[in-house]
Amino acid sequence: MNGDYQILAFCCQYCAYAAADLAGGLRLQYPPQVKIIQIPCTGKMDVLYALQAFEEGADAVMVAGCLPGDCHFLEGNYNAVRRVERVKHILQAIGLQPERIKMFHISSSMASRFVSAVEEMCSIVKELGPNPLRIDPKVVSEEKGDESE
Amino acid sequence: MIIAEQKPFEEIKRSIAPAHKVLVVGCGTCVTVCFAGGAREAAILAASLRMAFKLNGDPKEITEVTVQRQCEWEYLDAVAEQVGKAEVVLSLGCGVGVQAIAERFPRTWVVPGLNTSFLGMPAEQGVWVERCAACGDCILGLTAGICPIARCSKSLLNGPCGGSQDGHCEVNADIPCGWQLIYDRLKALGKVEMLYEIRPPKNWRASRDGGPRKIVRPDLRLIEEE
Repeated sequence: MNGDYQILAFCCQYCAYAAADLAGGLRLQYPPQVKIIQIPCTGKMDVLYALQAFEEGADAVMVAGCLPGDCHFLEGNYNAVRRVERVKHILQAIGLQPERIKMFHISSSMASRFVSAVEEMCSIVKELGPNPLRIDPKVVSEEKGDESE
Repeated sequence: MIIAEQKPFEEIKRSIAPAHKVLVVGCGTCVTVCFAGGAREAAILAASLRMAFKLNGDPKEITEVTVQRQCEWEYLDAVAEQVGKAEVVLSLGCGVGVQAIAERFPRTWVVPGLNTSFLGMPAEQGVWVERCAACGDCILGLTAGICPIARCSKSLLNGPCGGSQDGHCEVNADIPCGWQLIYDRLKALGKVEMLYEIRPPKNWRASRDGGPRKIVRPDLRLIEEE
């Protein structure tokens, strides 16, 4: 798989987004395939956001919120953990690998942790391959047919 | 309110599999409040089904719409055009909503996406409990506002039974004994003597024993419909 893939990162403005900002300030390098979306809290993360991302062809989704116990809104990051789990169940049901979504806890000072989280998601995508929803459905069908034979 | 939960994804998939154009119809009332079939659930289910069928090499045109109340024809009429274009309607309403669609649109094939579970309320966030059995002859005034029909596993009118252990039901230790709750509340309110009163048998004809039920209010009827 070449570098033509996309990872969406839903980042809390109080922590992970600031960590990404700091990573930029520190000139830390991380894969350019990640697209960062700032949200006011990972508690704002909706199951539908993730599903729409996958339906539109995203290869992976990472949700990055505050460290446990440090949520600016008290428990938004705990809610996000549960929603990510629900998305994993939905992905499993529809036939996509649940590993394509993952929750991270990153404080605003953890720039290098943000970089390693992005690299981790990249390696997951490389291992799983591209999101099959981006591929022509007939091709997917033929591939499945080949496997069954 | 009516409490429902979504059917297993595979069952839903099978029920719409033969169709190409599918309309998911959510309901904005009870099933929205219990997070089973509102606008968000309709959108999540529609997206999940679109992806699942596309991955199977059988992409379908699956759209969604949510009406304020699926159990009233006025609200269904607003989506008649979308319903007319669909080969199958996947209703995320309760059993009443599904039947309302079937009755209003005789040429439309409609399938349920939910299992209608019970009449109840949220006990805490994410937890719903049964409170009413719609028996048609309410006796809550005699039982301290706690329903023995819905909350006693045997729907006894003279409980508690011998299976009541330390306030819990023998069916499941997580179920509080309905009659223990009634007794405790009557005692707390100083009205235990109400239990000593001899009462006539309950009128079960108002329940399902009398067949499908119907209420007619002449004062509310329209003249042309009489």
